[in-house]
This record gives sequence, structure tokens and C-alpha cells, in this order.
Amino acid sequence: MIKVFQRKSKQQFTVDLTQIYDVLVIGGGNAALCAAMTARKAGATVVVLEAAPREFRGGNSRHTRNLRYMHASANEHLTGPYLEDEFWEDLYRVTEGHTNETLARLTIRQSNNVGAWMARQGGMFQPAMRGTLHLARTNGFFLGGGKALINAYYATANKIGIDILYDAEVHDLQIQDGRFVAASFVTGNTTRRVRAQSVVVASGGFQANLNWLKEAWGQPADNFIIRGTPYNQGRLLRVLLDQGAKPVGDPRQCHAVAIDARAPKFDGGIVTRLDCVPFSIVVNRHARRFYDEGEDFWPKRYAIWGRLVAQQPDQIAYAIIDAKCIDLFMPSVFPPIQADSISALAAKLELDAADLETTVKAFNAAVRTGSFNADDLDDCATDGLSPPKSHWARPLDKPPFYGYPLRPGITFTYLGVTVDAKAQVVMQDERPAPNIFAAGEIMAGNILGRGYMAGFGMTIGTVFGRIAGKEAARYAIG
Amino acid sequence: MPSDKVLKEADRVMVICNACRYCEGFCAVFPAMERRRTFEDRDLKYLANLCHNCRDCYYACQYAPPHEYQLNVPRALAELRLETYRDAVWPGVFAGLIKHNGPAVASITVLSIAAVLLLTIVFSGPPTVFSTHLGENAFYRVIPYALMVIPFSSLAIYLIVVFLIGLNRFWRDAAGKPADFTDFRANGRALWDALRLKYLAGGGYGCNYPDERFSHIRRWLHHCVFYGFLLCLTSTTVAAIYDHFLHRPAPYPVLSWPVVLGTIGGVALLVGSAGLLYLKARMDSQPATPRSLGMDIGFLVLLFLTSLSGLLLLILRETPAMGTLLAVHLGIVMGLFVTMPYGKFIHAIFRYAALVKNAHESLREDNSR
Repeated sequence: MIKVFQRKSKQQFTVDLTQIYDVLVIGGGNAALCAAMTARKAGATVVVLEAAPREFRGGNSRHTRNLRYMHASANEHLTGPYLEDEFWEDLYRVTEGHTNETLARLTIRQSNNVGAWMARQGGMFQPAMRGTLHLARTNGFFLGGGKALINAYYATANKIGIDILYDAEVHDLQIQDGRFVAASFVTGNTTRRVRAQSVVVASGGFQANLNWLKEAWGQPADNFIIRGTPYNQGRLLRVLLDQGAKPVGDPRQCHAVAIDARAPKFDGGIVTRLDCVPFSIVVNRHARRFYDEGEDFWPKRYAIWGRLVAQQPDQIAYAIIDAKCIDLFMPSVFPPIQADSISALAAKLELDAADLETTVKAFNAAVRTGSFNADDLDDCATDGLSPPKSHWARPLDKPPFYGYPLRPGITFTYLGVTVDAKAQVVMQDERPAPNIFAAGEIMAGNILGRGYMAGFGMTIGTVFGRIAGKEAARYAIG
Repeated sequence: MPSDKVLKEADRVMVICNACRYCEGFCAVFPAMERRRTFEDRDLKYLANLCHNCRDCYYACQYAPPHEYQLNVPRALAELRLETYRDAVWPGVFAGLIKHNGPAVASITVLSIAAVLLLTIVFSGPPTVFSTHLGENAFYRVIPYALMVIPFSSLAIYLIVVFLIGLNRFWRDAAGKPADFTDFRANGRALWDALRLKYLAGGGYGCNYPDERFSHIRRWLHHCVFYGFLLCLTSTTVAAIYDHFLHRPAPYPVLSWPVVLGTIGGVALLVGSAGLLYLKARMDSQPATPRSLGMDIGFLVLLFLTSLSGLLLLILRETPAMGTLLAVHLGIVMGLFVTMPYGKFIHAIFRYAALVKNAHESLREDNSR
């Protein structure tokens, strides 16, 4: 028996590292736990190595809130059916076809009624309420959010006898003749080694690794805010790629939304997001508009705004509304910057007052009178303005005026390892590694080449976590 | 007035929560919060009393310590709740009792036991107190009927007055128009929420009490205390009716309504208060405020002693211990009643008022949809 003292969580866990586990799971978020629980229930001995301390366990899953899954009919928490074709079309649209149809359809089909499976592992859902946006039909909302789901999964994992170590960051994999043999990890200041028959890598993307982000994006990366866990350093992604795994996805592609520029650098989570864009005009630091703010409902458009802002000078933008709109969107954690005139607001936002007034005047002049309806794709649009505003366009004329500064908020990166339908990591010679599996963000780029739709990261993590867990256990114990 | 610091922290917490809303399925606090974009002091006091301290939101919170936001909703609301208790105390000179509630309740109770015991011995004489009394009027031979009825009746009237003043102050400070409190449907819904302890059920899965796991144990123990207490009150009332109108003086046979109701109620109260004390000793103290610990424990111990002494009195009423036990029991009950408006019992009144306000708001919202 080797005792491993978990310094930060002040807890001691006793784990026998002399044994050869059936399955090693690297990571501690949704995908990792789905893999671990599935493998354990298939009869395998399982150890989970989570890089974060116990309080911050769960990777980005602790910041999530819902999961999109296929279902043939309404249930206690979903208001209507969501079938494969509609799901696929939604995915095709947001990715603009940058997806692997085989794996995408596999994900969709395997997500069928996965809410019931989650509930059996302790997951809790809430009925559709005010905070469930426009997603009450397609997405199951976790009671209490992602951290509550993760807590429930950890409780189940403990109960069914999965060994879990926190503060245990895997640094390297020992791979011999294309087969995984062991992993070395650091806990406290000690490097240790754990052996297993097979490994599931579910350790997330590389978005918290600022140097790597900078490699991909150059200088603009300095202005990115990381919405989630600081523990997703992409270390295992690098290790796998260095050991010959076939990459998938563009290192610049990611799930990025426009969030409040005042957000903390890491881990700000959901409260930093801003929902005011459809009711606003958004200008860059030259006080110019650059995209149709009212193109579609916000839940269908929020995921493109991170990139849009990232492409602006200094990666900053400002959403500006007037008194008519201040109550139309979810309140934000940061108070709006407020002024009684456009020029005064410009001064507070450090924009050129004359330029902003010109932009607002041009916008106001182009607004066609319609009947405003925040809950519908209404007919309030601009005429002859470039870029246009297609819906919810109303003149900015009622003081006070409000401004929110926006920055790109990175949720997770899409560069990953290629996998097959068994979640096996595919090597550069196109052959799958027999006992190396991947699930979650680290392989989401197979399915999400670009774009994003709400709750789909959790779908990929859950479906591929289960597949990886099942296949890893099958490899280990037959 | 609540301190600025406590109000500011409650406001900071609610602003963050209102931008998140992940916990809206747990209880009434979050939907009530979502009806607002900013929070006046009165809103915060109302939300603080609507919180049942189930703590589900604390363990589900992505911003809970050690996150840099240090979000601790149950603690922030508990601290403010305590200050609303203090602000509503009447007469105001007793407000200090809220701050040092544990020692205050303990010393008042000890004093009241000593006083009743001493007066009994002095007035009835040791031979009467320490001998066996059987049959009709046995209790009144130790403590005369008038001396039992008059102090407790006056105390009851005093309690009603103090609670009405407190309720009025709370409603004015935290809720709104007096007329809203008389909303019949809102009271119906609030009563139903209170009688089921709906919001100690945390969206159906229970509280995270005493620790991170979901459990209904606290809700069931609270039910034991609440309904036990109610049964004991009913038993006393039935006994009073027997005595005044049916001319059947106490003590009553084991198979009579006063004794049956009192016994069931007493046992429920005993089990409930002991269970809640046990849970409190084991609870994770992070989502609680240490400032209310004395108050919580004091009230539970007093309830426990009330039921314990009452049950012992029943068991030993035909022995020479009866006189002493009667005096001790009445002394404890006196202590319980005297401290009631200046301690944990306030939560029952304020939480009910907050539930009425919540029901009123949500009914109005349903109507406007």
C-alpha cells in the first residue's frame, strides 16, 4: 500500500500503486467520470487521476449547466422531442459542415435518452424554468448546475469502488510498441508511477495553457480570458501528439464567447457572460460596428461572438444599449458603464466621441420602424446599413446609455487527437492504439471542427466517456 | 439596522447568483431573486428569511471558497437573517439577547427553574412537595391552580403581543404593504409550503445536511419537532377544556386525549430535537454562521428538556418525585416561553412571513402571464 497525502485538500487517500489497474482514467471531469463509472460497472478496477485539488475537481464540467441529448418524446424535464435529423442539422449548421459525420451521428444516436442513464449515476435534473433560456426542449438542465452533477458522479464513483487521487497531474505516458504501459504523475512534490492495462485520456483541451494559445494566435491571445478551469494545460494532448497520435482540428478553433472584459483571467464561469448583444449595437475600439448583432436568437449566436471580438483590434468591443433595453436580458455580474449621452459614454469607454456619435446616428437613421418583440425574430431591422442589424433594431435614443466592454472568453480548444468509433486514439499511420482511449474536450475537435451549440460539449463527453470506459474495460478484462 | 457589511455581502452574493441562476431549481430564494435586477435592503432581508438553509446551493456552487469569489450564500443570508431578528425585537432593550443568545437562554432557563422550584417549596412546604399525590387535583396540591394558570396565561398574551409587533416590524422592513400579508391565497400557499417544509427538500432530493450528501433526515427531524410541539400545545389546550368546561381536573388517565396527544408529541419533540442536535454537532460549519450556533443549540436543548421533563413527569407522577418534576417542568416551560420572542423561535414567524411574500409575488407573476 502506498499512502498518498493530498496536501491541498488536507485529505489522505490510500491507493495501492503496486497493482496493475485494469483502467487508468486521466482527468476528473464529466468525460473522465463517465468513463470511470462505465469501466468499473463492467467489472474493471479503475483509478482516476485528477490534476485539480478536490475543491476544484471536475474540469470545465463544474461550470456547465446542461446537456443536449436526443429524445423521442417530452419527459419530466424536457418539453418536447428532439430527434436525430434535427440534432444533426443543428450541428451541421453551427459547424458549417466541419464535422466527421460518422462520429457526429454516433454521438447523437448514443445520446438517445442519456439523461436517464445520468440519473441512474446520481445526476439530477430540474424542470424547465426561467433560466433555461430557449433550450428547454433540447437540453436537460442539471439541478444546481455542473458542479452538482460532478459531485453526484464522484459520490457514485466512491461508492462503487473507484480509486480517486486529486492533485495528481499526469506528466507522461509510457507507451511500448504502440501500447500504453504506465503513466507518471506528480502529487505534492513527488513523482509516482501507475500501471494499467488500458488508459482513458479525458484531461481536456489546452485553453488554460497561455503559451500554447499564444503559439496558435500570436499576440491577440494575451487578451483572451479563460472562462473555465486553469487546470486544463493540454499536457496530455501534447504527450499524445508527441508520441505519434494523429491530430485533429485547428489550434485556433475553440468554443469562444464574448464575455465581460472585467472578468477574472481564469475560472470566471457563467456569470461573466453578457446577453445584451441582440439588443445592442456592438462597436470596436474605433467605434465602428462589425457584425449583425440581431442575426438570430442569442442562444444560437452567442458562440460566434468570441471569435468576432478576437478578430477586432486589441480584441476588445463594446456593446451599447439605451434605457429601453436594460431590462431585456439576464442581469450581469458587472454593472454597466452608464452615461446620459452617447459622447459622455464614449469618454467613459475611452472611445472617440465623434466617431461613436457618427456610428449611432447612422444606425438610428437606418432603423426601420417595426413592432419590437424580444421573444421573436421581429421585424425591427435596419435598411441599407452595413453590416445590417436584422432583428431587434431600435434607435439608441433613450438615456441613460449603457456600455459593456467585451473580450473573447475561451471555453475550450478544438485541437485534439483523432479517435475512431471505439474512442481509440488513432495514430499517424491511421492505426488505432489498442489500449489508448480519449474522451471529452481532448477529442471534441473530431466532431466540432468549428462553432458550438449549447450543451453539446457535455454530450460528446458523456457519450465518448461511456464508449471509452466500455472499450477500455473490454480491452483489460475481455 | 443591519450592519453595512452584512448587507453589502448579501448584495454582492445575490448579484453574482442572479447572473448565474444555476441553483434556481433548489428553493424559492433563487426564483424570488430572479424577479429583481437590483436588490434593495428590504429585498435582501426578505430573501435572507426565505432561505431555509438547506445548503444545497453551497455545495453546487462553482464560486464557493476557495474560488476567488468566495461565494457562500447560506452563510451570507444567515448572517443577515440574524440581524433581522435583532432589529425586530420588542422591547428594543432586549435586542442584546439575540447576540448572546446561547448563554442568555441558558441562564434565563436556569433562573426560571430555580424560581419555580423555590417558590413551590416555600409556599407549599417541603412535606407537600416531596410526598406522593394521587387522584384528582394531584398537581394542584403541589402548585395551586391559580398560580399555574395566571402566570402562563399572561405569558401567552405577552407572547402574542410581542410576536405581532415583531411580525409587523419585519413586514414593514422587508416585505411591503400590510394588505399583501392578508392575501388569502398567498397564505394558503405559504401554509402548505411551511407544513411540508417544501424548501428543506431542495428540489426533491433533500438538504446537503449535515454534509455534502443529499438527505431528507433534517426535514423529517424538523417535522418531528414542529408537529411534536403542536401536539403538546394541543394536549395542553384539550386539558384546559377538560378542566374548565368538563370539570375534569388533571391528572388524566393514560388513555385520555391530553395524555395520548402529549405523549406522542413529547416523544416526537424529544426525538426531533435530539436528532437535530446530533446533526448540528456533525454538520459542516462552512455554510453556517458561527454567530447563530448558540441560538440554535439553546433552543433545541430547551425543547429537548421540555419534552424530557414532561415525559418524566408522566412516568413518575405517582411517586414522591412528582412535585419536584412538576416544578422543574413548569420552570423549563416558563424559560422556553420567556425566551421565545428573543431567540430561534423567531424563525418560524419570519420565515412564514417570507413564504407569504413569496407566494404573493409568484401568484401575481402567474396572473400577469
